[in-house]
Parts: sequence; structure tokens; C-alpha cells
Amino acid sequence: MAQKKFVVGCFDDEAVLFPALKKVRTAGYKIHDIYTPFAVHGLDHAMGLRETSLHTAGFIYGITGTTTALSCISWIFTKDWPLNIGGKPHFALPAWIPITFELTVLFAAVGMVLTFCYLCQLAPFVKKHHFHSRATDDLFVMVIECSSSTNTDDLQGFLQKYGALETNVQVAESDWWVGRYDKIEHPFELSNNLAY
Amino acid sequence: MSSIKEQFVVPQKLKTWSYVLIAIGLVAFFTGLFLKGFSKNEEEQAVFIATIMYNTIFWTLVCNASMFFICVTTLAMGGWQQSFRRIPEAISTLVPVFGTITLSVLLFVVLTHKHAIYHWLDDEAVLHDTILKGKSGFLNVKFFVIWTTLAIGLWSFLGYRMRQLSNEANLAVMDSISGSRFIFQNTVRASMFLAWFGLTVGSTIPWLWMMSIDPHWYSTMYSWYTFASSFVSGISLIALWLIYLKNKGYLELTSQEHLHDIGKFMFAFSIFWTYLWFSQYMLIWYANIPEETVYFKTRVQGAFKGIFFFNLIVNFLCPLLILMKRAAKRNYTIVTFMAVLIIFGHWIDFYQMVIGSVSRNAVTLGWLDFGILSFFVGVMIFGVSNALSKKSLIPLYHPFLKESIIHHT
Repeated sequence: MAQKKFVVGCFDDEAVLFPALKKVRTAGYKIHDIYTPFAVHGLDHAMGLRETSLHTAGFIYGITGTTTALSCISWIFTKDWPLNIGGKPHFALPAWIPITFELTVLFAAVGMVLTFCYLCQLAPFVKKHHFHSRATDDLFVMVIECSSSTNTDDLQGFLQKYGALETNVQVAESDWWVGRYDKIEHPFELSNNLAY
Repeated sequence: MSSIKEQFVVPQKLKTWSYVLIAIGLVAFFTGLFLKGFSKNEEEQAVFIATIMYNTIFWTLVCNASMFFICVTTLAMGGWQQSFRRIPEAISTLVPVFGTITLSVLLFVVLTHKHAIYHWLDDEAVLHDTILKGKSGFLNVKFFVIWTTLAIGLWSFLGYRMRQLSNEANLAVMDSISGSRFIFQNTVRASMFLAWFGLTVGSTIPWLWMMSIDPHWYSTMYSWYTFASSFVSGISLIALWLIYLKNKGYLELTSQEHLHDIGKFMFAFSIFWTYLWFSQYMLIWYANIPEETVYFKTRVQGAFKGIFFFNLIVNFLCPLLILMKRAAKRNYTIVTFMAVLIIFGHWIDFYQMVIGSVSRNAVTLGWLDFGILSFFVGVMIFGVSNALSKKSLIPLYHPFLKESIIHHT
């Protein structure tokens, strides 16, 4: 939990956002995140985000499901409680494939959803600072993290020069926290007056 | 667009290769004809005919799957395939060629009453067999000949109409009205092909051509299983030609993004094939009724055991494990390797589907199979490269071409 200082620039057009993002990155500023009303194709590449490893996690969950199913069923049907079902052998692999498949899918699906939520810092009672409430409506909100040497006025001018409709400076919690929004963190009432 | 190479020129080396392969195939064919085809031993003769049969059926269905790919993406309003759509079109020009071979082989078998292949041709046996008598409305010479002729004729004709329409995309720039009329005409012709495809490849044709070799046995999965086999091989064939043309410096508008999507198709339909393989197997294994298990008896417990499980490893485990990663589907070398492996695997699949029922006690895979395969590969290389060189490689004025150029997965 740390309070940090951010410069926020709002754009209303992807076509303006992308060149501006390029300028900001070449100028060497550190992008905290960009909040958009919808998924923007290619934005992750433009921001220089690394490829997600969610699918590797999915593979591991899937393999776990396969192993769980096979070891569990084979132990039950050969050691723990062998049953004669239609004269089939106790180790009846074809009959187990559907269950194994289902458990693989279940483990992979549930595991990936939870991992996704964790990576996005989404969970019940978890709160994050909202930089601009119109980010869920019609604005692309670019948030730049300031260092001790950043001149916020210069940076705001820089953003405006490349098409930002609105800029401001916010000091806010950079991470998530468990609890509730305090008085200042009322995202839907004080949207445009957050600047300190 | 002067910088784009629109016209494919067939390299001499490729032509020579196709001639060599065809020559090897012809030598194998005639040697086989004299050694086995004229043999007095009925089973040996049947194996020879069946070897040609499964090869020609395999290649006809694989080439037809290319036209299926075009039609199905057209109906789905797909744009991404436009930059390389001439490849599946060129492959589908071989449907009439391979179709004629298939038709003549099948007509030969049916009209000369080769009982050793189709047991239901034996009138005497059918008379005393309640199961075959019940099926005689479907399994009889007249229906077989008419339906086979119709199927191959209409695949060729409807595919030809689809390709003719595609030529219009190179004539003149289209405005919004003529463009949407063009797209509408495309969907009409594509749906006509698909309706006929569903009635034939999707249901009756594999029952008639291959499943009826075991006339007492039946599986409704069989046609879908055959279709999945041929479709995944068809996609692999498209991938091979795409990579070949890219290597020669053509298809500048086609990129890794398109290859990635083709790789997804190869991956997904390998899984789909396995799903059908397993569904067909498990129900019969579980029920364990003699008249149903007869098909798997020779394959799982008999001589074909090795090939049967090799088939599963090549067509399921390899694509599953190798093509799973994103980077693998975008890698030209891995996709080439996997495409060759998948085509080979499904060729083996067709081998065991046909020969497993004709020659129950012995695996006959040998020089004759690979010789005949080489003939078909040679004809395929010659025909496809020839068809590619006839037309512009890029449908320049196709309304969806831009969508294909900026395609991004």
C-alpha cells in the first residue's frame, strides 16, 4: 500500500490515443495503466506489456485435473472398491475418459478464472482507485506514474499537445486494498474534482 | 500494386518432382497390377483394388475439403482467408480429376461384382441374410452408381461455380452495391455446395464407399469421422502450399497471423477427430454386442493393433502436445512438420479403415501403398501448381481483402 503521484490524461479517440501513447513511451515516461471502456485491439502491444502467462497456468491446472481424475478413479475401482460392471475389467480406461476430460476442463476453467481475477486484482471487497469515472463510459484514460523528478505541468502540457482533452494530477493508492472507499474515494460523485 | 507478385510461375524443379512422383506411382501401379491385380487369389486381388480405392477416396475427399473450407468461411462472412483463398481454390480444382479416378475404380468394383470387397454385391448371400436384406434398399448397385456419380459430379460442378465467381474479384473495383451483390452471390453458391456436401460427405458417401465393406456393421459416427479426417488433412494441405508459396516469395499479404489461424484449425480438428474416434469406439466397447464389435475385433485385438494405436498417437497426441503452444502455430517449420505428419497420419487412418476390413488377418502396408500414394501426391503437386499459375494469386478487388490484410489474432 503506497500512495503515489499520477498524471492522468483523457482521450476520446483511439486514433489519437495510439500516437500519443507512442510519444509518451519514447519520451521515457512510465505508464501505470490505460483504462478503456472496451477492449482495444493492439493496445497491449503498444503499451509494451509482456505476453500473459495465463495459458501456461491453464495448462498446469488442466494436467492437475487429468492426474486427479485418473489417479482417483483408478484407485477406487482397482484397490478401494472393485466392482464388476458388465464383466468389464477393473481397470476400464475407456469408461473413465469422459470423467477425466470433464475434470481436466473443470480444473482448467475454474483455475483460470480465479487466476485471471487475481491478475486483474478483482475480488469481492477489493477496491482500487478510480482515476476517472468516464473510463467505463466513453474516455480512454492514460495514467502515468510520476517519479520524484517529473515536472507534472510539463507532462500535462505534453499530453494536451498530443490530443488529451483533459489532464490532471492525482495522488492515489496505486494498489488494491480490502475495505471500502473513504470519503475522498467516492468515484461516481467527485469524478472530475479529484485533483489535489 | 506493382510491388506485389500476383502471378505464380511454376518452378521447373517442382514440375520435375511431380513427374518423378507420378512415374514412381505408375511403375508401382503396373507392377502391382501384374503381381496382384491379375492374381487368381481373390483376396490378393481385392487388396490391390482396395489399395487404389482408399488412396483415391482419401485424396478426393481431402481436395473436396478445400472447397468446404472456402464455402464455410464464406458463409461465416470470414474475411481473413481472402489473401490466400486461391490456394484452396487451386486444390479443389483436383476434385474432378481425383473424382473421375474414384468413380472409375468404384464403378469397376461394383459393376464387375467384386464380392471380396463389397460383400453386399453377392446376391446369393444377401438372399439368406436378414441384415443384408434389410439394408438392400440402400446397399444396391443401382443406388450406389447413381449416388456416387451424382456426388462426384455435383462436388465438381458446384465447386467450379464457386471458383468462377471468385474470378470476378479480379475484374474491376466494386462499389458498395456491386460488392454486396457479389458477397450475396457468394453466400448463395457456398450454401448450395454445403447443402450437397452435408448430404454426401457428411452422411451417405462414407457409409456407401467405405463402411459398406463391413456390410453387417454400422456406425452413424462413421461419416463424421471420415469428414473430420479429410478436413484436417485438407487444412494441412492448405498450410503446406501456403508455406511453400511464402518461401518462394509470393503471398506478401499473408502473414504469420493467417498461419496461426490455420494452425488453430489443424489443432482443433485433430481434437474433433479424436472426439469422434473415441465416441465411436467407447459406445461399441461398452455395449459389447458382437455385431458391433466385429469392426474393432481385427483392429484392437487382431493384426491391425499396431497401426490402430499408432494412428491415435500421430493424429491425436502429436497435434495436441506439439501444436498447443501459440509459438508453435506461428512457426513455419513446426507447422510444416505437423502438416506432413497429419496428412500422413490420416492417410494411415484411411488405410486401416479400408484394408482392415478387406485383409483381416494381415497388414499389407508396403511398397504398393507408398507407390500409389506417390502417384496421387505427384498429380496433386502438378495439378495445384498448374491451377495456381492460371489465376492471379490475390483476389485484388474482393470487398473483404482489406480485412484479410489487417488480420490480427
